[in-house]
Amino acid sequence: MVSFDYAPAPESTSIVDIKSSYGLFIDGEFTDPAAGGSFKTISPSTEEVLAEVAEADESDVDRAVKAARRAHTRVWSRLSGRERGKYLFRIARIIQERSRELAVLESIDNGKPIRESRDVDVPQVAANFFYYAGWADKLEYAVAGRAPASLGVAGQVIPWNFPLLMLAWKVAPALAAGNTVVLKPAETTPLTALLFAEICQQADLPPGVVNIVTGAGDTGRAVVAHPDVDKVAFTGSTEVGRSIARSVAGTDKKVTLELGGKAANIVLDDAPIDQAVEGIVNGIFFNQGHVCCAGSRLLVQESVADEVLERLKRRMSTLRVGDPLDKNTDVGAINSGEQLAKIRELAAVGESEGAAGWSPPCDLPAQGFWFPPTVFTGVTQAHRIAREEIFGPVLSVLTFRTPSEAVDKANNTPFGLSAGIWSDKGSRILWMADQLRAGVVWANTFNKFDPASPFGGYKESGYGREGGRHGLEGYLR
Amino acid sequence: MTALTRTSEGPARDGGMDPSAIREVTASDAALRRFLHGLPGVDQVGAEARAAMLGTRSIKTTAKAQALDLAIRMVDLTTLEGSDTPGKVRALANKAMRPDPTDATCPAAAAVCVYPDMVPVAKETLGGSGVHIAAVATAFPSGRAAMDIKLADTRDAVEAGADEIDMVIDRGAFLSGRYLQVFEEIAQVREACGDAHLKVIFETGELQTYDNVRRVSWLAMMAGAHFIKTSTGKIQPAATLPVTLVMLEAVRDYREATGRMVGVKPAGGIRASKDAIKYLVTVNEVAGPDWLDPDWFRFGASTLLNDLLMQRSKLTTGRYSGPDYVTVD
Repeated sequence: MVSFDYAPAPESTSIVDIKSSYGLFIDGEFTDPAAGGSFKTISPSTEEVLAEVAEADESDVDRAVKAARRAHTRVWSRLSGRERGKYLFRIARIIQERSRELAVLESIDNGKPIRESRDVDVPQVAANFFYYAGWADKLEYAVAGRAPASLGVAGQVIPWNFPLLMLAWKVAPALAAGNTVVLKPAETTPLTALLFAEICQQADLPPGVVNIVTGAGDTGRAVVAHPDVDKVAFTGSTEVGRSIARSVAGTDKKVTLELGGKAANIVLDDAPIDQAVEGIVNGIFFNQGHVCCAGSRLLVQESVADEVLERLKRRMSTLRVGDPLDKNTDVGAINSGEQLAKIRELAAVGESEGAAGWSPPCDLPAQGFWFPPTVFTGVTQAHRIAREEIFGPVLSVLTFRTPSEAVDKANNTPFGLSAGIWSDKGSRILWMADQLRAGVVWANTFNKFDPASPFGGYKESGYGREGGRHGLEGYLR
Repeated sequence: MTALTRTSEGPARDGGMDPSAIREVTASDAALRRFLHGLPGVDQVGAEARAAMLGTRSIKTTAKAQALDLAIRMVDLTTLEGSDTPGKVRALANKAMRPDPTDATCPAAAAVCVYPDMVPVAKETLGGSGVHIAAVATAFPSGRAAMDIKLADTRDAVEAGADEIDMVIDRGAFLSGRYLQVFEEIAQVREACGDAHLKVIFETGELQTYDNVRRVSWLAMMAGAHFIKTSTGKIQPAATLPVTLVMLEAVRDYREATGRMVGVKPAGGIRASKDAIKYLVTVNEVAGPDWLDPDWFRFGASTLLNDLLMQRSKLTTGRYSGPDYVTVD
């Protein structure tokens, strides 16, 4: 028997030039932080230090907000929509031209497989800029019945799971609607945002329209709490989302929060089983499960549960875990040691509560942060792993007997970001989609995104919508 | 798949799917229809997305060398023209034995595939070389002839020395739901094959839907096919990666259910090494490495071999040679 082991196929890193240190991007220039603080960003797959990145304090954030305000009143809000659109189109084209560079840097800094950064993230980033570029001169059609105007300065805080894509989701609609932005990328993944700053320079974007302040939680708090910020947009954990909601309560800031999830991926007995198994894999192991809308709760009808599980395990055995820059890698590194500890803790909770964990045999690299793709069977609604967001490659499998029981279980969660339905029967899909309390319901697919499609959640998954025409509304008055 | 659970004696022998289970699902057209329509559906978008993803695997260096040699060993070198002559077939047979006359390490192809009347010519040249002789029988490529003619066609080819028979199914019968008729034709041809191996050609381009591909795969396997094959090469589209993927899922599931392994042969339109490697990746990750063997996977192709040879020489010499460095046969 032939053993067809794929030889390593590493993507070359020569296209990326990582500087030893980065400043803050304020008013069109890279500048040093006032207090001179800095932190290191590392490669999650090797733990190697990639760069020193400036840490912005309140005074730096203040400087950035002032620059954004100036740019808004003097330049950006005065430009016609058509002119703003031109800048956005230009940025979108530069992103396409530099797509390989962006994809490689994203995989180095984040740990996600190059296959995903190259084939999903960066194309989506460009698509979002193209999409909102098209809206810039058509805002009056986005909000029927009123003359829309920009809000002013948007303070945006984004997570580490899709560093560039979340930047695009935030920056593109904000600029299209005529706002200027102060954006704080996550402290573990700041590098592609800083490369985006260079792209803004390359596109001759007027200074101050986009400002990027790097740092950790304190920097984020300073951005959110700054009195001259008109709009707060946050994607991240529910816990941080709560504190943001508290901090803006009583102000006239507009807020959109895109928080955690514990999505139900529902497989009915008439599902196309092989494709459902692919969808389950894509739902939870895509981006190492670092996806807020990940299908982390598999609800499978009891009559097909054994068959689905057997096929799922066989499929999981073919997942290739390892070097994110290898073009054949399916599952990359966990983003940080902190996150790895959290995943390990919750997996241990699953075991101790009596669920059965299973991972395919795979050799994990010695360096870096790794967690094997894992499935827990025998999980019920009473298990913590069925209720809490794990944000890692860990799937909980629950069963149900009837479609309405599936709906009840799917909705029985504090979250409501996304859901998936697998069935060959169209009428059943429509009936079920109508019952599910989730912002996005995918039918016979999972984790599919499109700039034209709004995204957001119910309950603890946040409020407001990003993407599509609805995504503009959060940036217009 | 409930009727087809594995027998308690372990893996069934060749062709030996639990006979009572087969009798049960083939008792009537209605029973067979219930069984075939009870197989899990195939979602077109999902199947095509999976095939596309497998097509992005990056196969380099040693893995590529291994894949190229394996692909060469899997080629059914084919000539199926009205204009075929003994000279043409002799040339092809020689090429199958020595694809690269300048390199003794180059493996031979799996088989030479010809019309039945050309089998004696192929046999004369190939002798005991180990390269198989495959003949397309049963009124290839349309399959539109009376059953006794199809059977006579098959017997002729086997008697002339073919050790593999590529039969076409009656697509008209399948599309009009006469599943039992298709089943019985395959079973009868299998009988007529004697010791020769039977490859059943579906002409998936005419069956069109992936649901049909899965159903016909099960139908042919239950009727005793040793191999299931996509196309005649006379109809577009011929072999595609998603169709082959669905067939690979079917043979994998069939072994799971019955213990019997069935081979898969995509045919028609596979011309480049790059494409052949995509198929091998799909075999590896869908059916599993057990199928990475000329006994269980073949390429029906005529022009593919030269590209494999050119890529092979590029890999060993580091340079591209021109088309004049491979034979034209």
